[in-house]
Formats: sequence, C-alpha cells, structure tokens
Amino acid sequence: MTDAEQLQRARAAAAGVEDPELPPLTIEDLGILRSVRIDNGIVEVAISPTYSGCPAMTEIGAAIRAAVLAAGIEHVRIKHVLAPAWTTDWLTQTARRKLLDIGIAPPEPGAGPETLFGHTDPACPRCQSADTERLGAFGSTACKSLHRCRGCAEPFEAFKCH
Amino acid sequence: MATTSIRVAETPHISKLLQYADDVLILGHRTSEWTGHAPLLEEELALANIALDLIGQARALYQAAGELTGHSEDELAYLRDPPSFRNALIAELPNGDFAFTIARLFFVSVAYDQTWRGRQDDPALAAIAAKAAKESAYHIRHTAEWLIRLGDGTDESHRRARNAVESLWPYTGEIAADRAAWLRAVTPVLTRATLPLPPDAWMQSGGRTGRHTEHLGHLLAEMQILPRTFPGAVW
Repeated sequence: MTDAEQLQRARAAAAGVEDPELPPLTIEDLGILRSVRIDNGIVEVAISPTYSGCPAMTEIGAAIRAAVLAAGIEHVRIKHVLAPAWTTDWLTQTARRKLLDIGIAPPEPGAGPETLFGHTDPACPRCQSADTERLGAFGSTACKSLHRCRGCAEPFEAFKCH
Repeated sequence: MATTSIRVAETPHISKLLQYADDVLILGHRTSEWTGHAPLLEEELALANIALDLIGQARALYQAAGELTGHSEDELAYLRDPPSFRNALIAELPNGDFAFTIARLFFVSVAYDQTWRGRQDDPALAAIAAKAAKESAYHIRHTAEWLIRLGDGTDESHRRARNAVESLWPYTGEIAADRAAWLRAVTPVLTRATLPLPPDAWMQSGGRTGRHTEHLGHLLAEMQILPRTFPGAVW
C-alpha cells in the first residue's frame, strides 16, 4: 500500500469511529478528529478532548486504533492535541442534524462562554417550541445540560456551547 | 513502581504548574466527595461534572509538569507528601455544608477563571488554560446562581451562606494573582446575594510553601492509599 492509500484508508476508518457517549455521532461529526498524517510508515491520528476531564478520550483512542488496524494499517499512533481548544463551533451540519434526530438540542453556533450569562434557552428538539426552561447546567455527560419544554412538557438535553 | 514518596526538583515554572495542578486536584477531590450525597439529582450531576472538569485540568497540568520533571501524572498526584503539595489552603478545607461548598467553589472558580484568561508564556500551559477557561465560566455561572439563591433566600439559607462567606474569607488571600480584579468580580454577586462583603483583614497563608492544615493529610491518605498499597495498579 502506498502512503497515500494508507492515509486514505486510515482517515476513512478513523472518521467513522462513534463517540461512545453520543452515538451515532462520529468523532468527525463532533470535530474531535483533528488530523491524520503518515510519518515514516506510522499513521498518526490527532484528536482533541471536548472537555479537560472527558472520560471517553481513552476509549475513543482505543476505538480509533482498532478501526485503523482493521483497515489494514500496521502502525498507528494516537496523539492528543489541546491547542487550539475544541469548540462546539466545530460541530458539522451532519452533527447538528444527528443531535436533533436523537432528541438533543444542538449548541447555538458562535456562542462561547462569554455569552453564557445572557444565554437564551434552546428550542425543544421534539416540538420546536421556544418556551423551554433550564433544569440544570450539567447533564448526564460533561457536554450536555438538562432542560424541559413548557410546550410539550418533555424533558430534553442540550449540547452545551463551548 | 515504588511506593515511597518522591521529591520533585522544582524550578519556578514547575512550581507554578504544580501549584495550579494541586489546586484543581484537591478542590476536584473535595467536590467529588459530594457524589452520592448532593441535595438533589441535578446538583449531583453538576457537582460530579465540576469535579470531573477540575480533575481533568489537573491531569493535563501534571502531564505538562511531568514533561519537565520526568515523573508521571500518577506519581505527582499519588507519591508526594503533604509538604510537597502547593495548593491553597482553601482547596483542602472539608466541604462543610452546601453553602460552604458553593461559596468556596465560587471564590476559587473566579480566581482561576482570571488565571486561565491571563497571559501564559508557556505554550503548553496556554493550551490547557484556553480549554479550562471554558469550563471555569460554567463553574462560575453555576455557583454564582446558587450563592445568590442561598443568600437572597430563606433566613436559614441566608445565615448559612453568610457564615460560609465569612469563614472562607481569610482563606481567599492565596488564590488570586490580582486581588483587586478578583474583588471586582466577586462583589456584584455577593451584593445580589444580599451578603455583606467581609473586610479584608488578616489572611491565612502557607499552602504555597507546603504548610498545610491538618485536613490535607487525611485527604491525601484516602486519595493515595490504593496506588501506595498496590504499586503500579491500573484500571
């Protein structure tokens, strides 16, 4: 296999790895996958943590390694990249659609922590009502918050702006 | 892996990394003690998430210090004795009641938010800070909302919040690089919480030079017992 072929296969395999806490979103959808390079026959996959304490990073690294090896690549290395810091602005349009499909409100684009105090509540992912309330700023995983829709009375999670 | 304590050869830069790391690790550990005991489910999730953020920041900081010292993140966390820890005393105090926990998290989060947003010359530290600043913003919002609710709440919640602020105040002298900026950020929240701003009088100190309260030894004993009893244990 040429370097170019290896790179193409490795990239496709890594891109398909799902976030263990947020299936069916992949690490490419979430912007966690930063780069795939080849250096002296070793494929290096660079990923960024969403949160400092994201417990899924080890599992994601292992899943990437397994997927890349299964694609016929012999040598693979996982690298963690902190800078520039991951942001929810890196979520793809596919990611936003998949979040809505599984009942999670996607983050507002362009909204960072500076706008937190004036933050508007997300629309309900089920009935689209804008009349919702925040129940908790922290949800079942570090990247989500808890909300309730006053329209359809359903509780839901939102992907936090970061 | 040995179980005997290590001593780190510290340069000013290594000391700074360890100071930040120890602050967030010890406060993260204290915060994690609420897991299973929080007053309501949402708060259980919030405190566990905040603890996870802080311990995650500590890991990244210990890894950065490890690059310079040759010690692993686990060795730095588990194989140092209390006098080697550089954390501020405020981080190691027992949790007290919910008001005390919230007020402490608020005071330290404001200080660290300013640290993370300040200039960092070391690229590794700058990368960690850029990530951590997003998290500290959430910690401030959550704890400020609670402090306002408790202070401006019932007689009992007001009394407890006021006790918390007053007993913590002498411990706030070690946490902010710029005391005036810290006061500017803290004052509006205390005002909205109808809590009087305590006067700046005598301040506790010692954490930065390894002189700790008796509480740190007990905390470390619990945190370190497993790796010291079973060297090299892995998950």
